[in-house]
Amino acid sequence: MTTTEPLLQVRNLKKYYPIRKGVIARTVGQVRAVDDVSFDVHPGETLGIVGESGCGKSTTGRAILRLETPTAGSVIFEGTDIATLSAGTMRRRRTDLQMVFQDPYSSLNPQIRIGDLLAEPLIAHHRLKRAAAQARAAEIIQVVGLPRLYLNRYPHELSGGQRQRVGIARALMLEPKLIVCDEPVSALDVSIQAQVLNLLKDLQGEFGLTYVFISHGLGAIKYISDRIVVMYLGKVMEVATTQEIFTAPRHPYTEILLDAYPEANPHLRDRPRIIVEGDVPSPAKPPAGCVFHTRCPSAQAICTTEIPRLSTDAHPVACHFPLLASKNGKVES
Amino acid sequence: MTLTEKPGTAGTADAVVPDSAAAALGRERSSAGFVVRRFLRHRMAVAGLVIVALMVLTAALAPLLAPHDPNQIFGSFEAAPSADHLLGTDAVGRDVLSRLIYGARVSMSVGVGAVAVYVLIGVLFGLLAGYYGRWVDSVIMRITDVFMSFPYFMVILILVSILGPSLLTIIVVIGFLAWPMIARLVRGSVLSIKQTDYVQAGVALGYSTPRILFRHILPNALSPIIVNATFGVAQAIILESGLSFLGMGVRPPAASWGNMLSEAQSITVLSSQPWIWIPPGLMILLAVLSINFVGDGLRDSLESRSYT
Amino acid sequence: MGSYLIRRLLIGIPVLIGVTLINFLIINLAPGSPADLYLTPTSTSADVVRVEAELGLDQPIFVQYFHWLVRLFHGDLGVSFQNRAPVTELLAERLGPTLLLMGTSLVVAYLIAVPIGILAARKKNSPTDYTVVGAAFLGISVPHFFLGLVLIYVFALELGWLPTGNMITLGRGGGFADRVNHLILPVAVLATATAANMTRYVRSSMIDAFGQDYIRTAKAKGLGLSTITNKHALRNALIPVVTVIGIDLSALIGGAIVTEQIFQWPGIGLLTIQSIGARDYSVLMGINLIAAVAVFGANLLTDIAYAVVDPRVAYA
Ligand SMILES: Nc1ncnc2c1ncn2[C@@H]1O[C@H](COP(=O)(O)OP(=O)(O)OP(=O)(O)O)[C@@H](O)[C@H]1O
Ligand SMILES: [Mg+2]
Repeated sequence: MTTTEPLLQVRNLKKYYPIRKGVIARTVGQVRAVDDVSFDVHPGETLGIVGESGCGKSTTGRAILRLETPTAGSVIFEGTDIATLSAGTMRRRRTDLQMVFQDPYSSLNPQIRIGDLLAEPLIAHHRLKRAAAQARAAEIIQVVGLPRLYLNRYPHELSGGQRQRVGIARALMLEPKLIVCDEPVSALDVSIQAQVLNLLKDLQGEFGLTYVFISHGLGAIKYISDRIVVMYLGKVMEVATTQEIFTAPRHPYTEILLDAYPEANPHLRDRPRIIVEGDVPSPAKPPAGCVFHTRCPSAQAICTTEIPRLSTDAHPVACHFPLLASKNGKVES
Repeated sequence: MTLTEKPGTAGTADAVVPDSAAAALGRERSSAGFVVRRFLRHRMAVAGLVIVALMVLTAALAPLLAPHDPNQIFGSFEAAPSADHLLGTDAVGRDVLSRLIYGARVSMSVGVGAVAVYVLIGVLFGLLAGYYGRWVDSVIMRITDVFMSFPYFMVILILVSILGPSLLTIIVVIGFLAWPMIARLVRGSVLSIKQTDYVQAGVALGYSTPRILFRHILPNALSPIIVNATFGVAQAIILESGLSFLGMGVRPPAASWGNMLSEAQSITVLSSQPWIWIPPGLMILLAVLSINFVGDGLRDSLESRSYT
Repeated sequence: MGSYLIRRLLIGIPVLIGVTLINFLIINLAPGSPADLYLTPTSTSADVVRVEAELGLDQPIFVQYFHWLVRLFHGDLGVSFQNRAPVTELLAERLGPTLLLMGTSLVVAYLIAVPIGILAARKKNSPTDYTVVGAAFLGISVPHFFLGLVLIYVFALELGWLPTGNMITLGRGGGFADRVNHLILPVAVLATATAANMTRYVRSSMIDAFGQDYIRTAKAKGLGLSTITNKHALRNALIPVVTVIGIDLSALIGGAIVTEQIFQWPGIGLLTIQSIGARDYSVLMGINLIAAVAVFGANLLTDIAYAVVDPRVAYA
């Protein structure tokens, strides 16, 4: 869809957490939080990552920002693999990549006034004087829709929505190119969620930002994303434009997800509901073959043995029997 | 669904979002007024604070307050209290009241000095252990285990006797022996604080490790340190007076409450000259009790959960 | 649990080595050398060299440490500079009185602290509770030596009820009643701080326990308050008491040194003071090592006891 060079290329990213046990804390297994994930993010777009709780969305986001060291794979940002940069080089590089956290209560240091929270990135990176940094903070805080007066307040004196605006403002201070938003609205009151999503959209236009937007709910994802990555148990199931995902999903899992959110997808409402059977398997013991086969309504013998690879066409999907969408329902290929 | 809402309305719309536990933790810490109000509710703690303040003042103004030079020897030794010597004189003929006033200097400086030294060391090791984890943590924790295996009064006694008893020795020895408690405390706080999103945000913002440690982690780990250090001051005062009592602390002629009491190891002083040993004993008790009450009030108002 | 136990014990090995190493380093820091024992004022410098070589003092410090460790394993703590007796012998002689003093104090402290702590917890925020808390604060704040002096002044000198010190009345003493008489004041001094500390622990952990769900359930089931206290809460409340004993062994030893000095109680504490006066560092290091191993052991047992009572600890 886009012809420009990607801003970010995630290639075969893996993050395994060791499970330790016993006297010498020997590794007895691994949690495959992220297992061989690849996707591109193009400049100016919003890439949504969606999936159930525990499927590795946050871990992916944190690995992109190198808040986690990947077990394997590369994170290529503007042509450099930042997964292998030295700590010092990475630290300076962080001006280009920022993060907005899920919980606006715990993501702001309770001891520091909003003004100093916002000024600090400039002081740390650009050696600005406090006054100059504060002046810039005063501009940005208005951009995110808060009065300057809040600069003198402590985080606990603000509401959740206001705090999240501060979180966003802080991410903007260094004028980053890419912002990873990890469920930035799910901790907020429903009435506030739309306001914050709109703010993010407006800022994207104003500052030419690129977003990786993580959410487990399809509503926010649909509203804000240009393209969507669907994850399940640490793996990418499907990548497509928002429209394709919602009108012509190719992976049975995506279809099930859509089914669970009829309000996000009104035209599917009349179809018979697909019953999802079984629980999500543990990422410490992922099923052999396709990780989704234990719950897949259209699983065949091959699904239990062979891992489906992400197809390389215009609408990548990792399924042995991808769906072919039509207005009437689905046909197996 | 557009960005037209005015900032003010946003404030009223979502002003009553329920607190998460983490926010509650941050909330009471950050508002000094809240802590002060809570502290003031503890009558004993407030009384303790007043007494400690008076003692510090006494120590600072000792030359102005003392009726006599504490080392001046008067003709009448072991004299009972009189108008000239309100608390009498000691075995050598020095004014007990003046020595008592000067003794406050020793107790206060040992309390503050020793605690300052070990809090500094403990905070540093605690931060390193908690933040870097892995082998750094293991090594530091094993060192604290070793230190905490030694019965501290005995080690202090032995070290002071080797190094030569003096005020400075006591401060240094206590300072270098007592840090492991603080280190463990700080490590525990750091372990939980470094998981918080605001520290992760600091990393994402590219802050240097010292900046994260000292500006974002340490200030949020202060409450238990303050509480522990307060009790530590009381502990240090007891230690100094105990050492001086045994002749292994502040040596005469310099006056310390502990060495004034050691005169009472003679049965005559003990039985018939109570003015020599009861006042310094009461002063130690009063100082330690007051500081312990202050510590208790602080613990409650800072809502730390340790039961030291 | 089993693996926690093994891990905890393994962790103890480097700690124990550290304890011996530091102990050894302090000996070397101390003035005087073991060679002095074999030298007289008339010894020549050649004599000094010869004696030092015989004792291995000319070897690198790590070799010396190793030899010292080997001797340690054979129960050889060196020889007292003061009276030329083996340190182990001196310690063995003094250990009994100290154990008697500390043991009795612990039992007394325990017997006072547990019921009073429970009482205060049950009557939380009542005048009784405030009195207990206040008294406990007084107890942890009063220095051993001052309390000791006051007790001697009142009960020995003024009232004449009890002896001022020693373990038995010299000459005609030694009977059971005489021994008990001599034990009362030192135990009172040593038990005070421990009891005060323990009371605070028992009180606060009982208050916590009373607030916990299962106690409320028990109350709802109609069990009387005393049944609840005895059966449910007490067991839980005793965990921190175990901890206090572990933590407090260090404080107890410190207290014993001062108490034994005041009452001239012929135990390890008095030996410590006497050895300090005589600068007898081989004895001091022997005492220090034994005491450190005891505290180390108490810490270990506390951790294990904790893990036994509260299995979550093992997985933390
Ligand atoms: N530090 C860690 N150690 C061990 N396992 C971890 C760690 N962090 C995450 N995991 C595991 O990795 C998996 C993916 O976690 P992750 O937080 O990325 O999921 P998520 O998709 O963001 O879920 P949610 O929607 O609940 O936020 C989970 O099974 C989680 O338990
Ligand atoms: Mg997540």
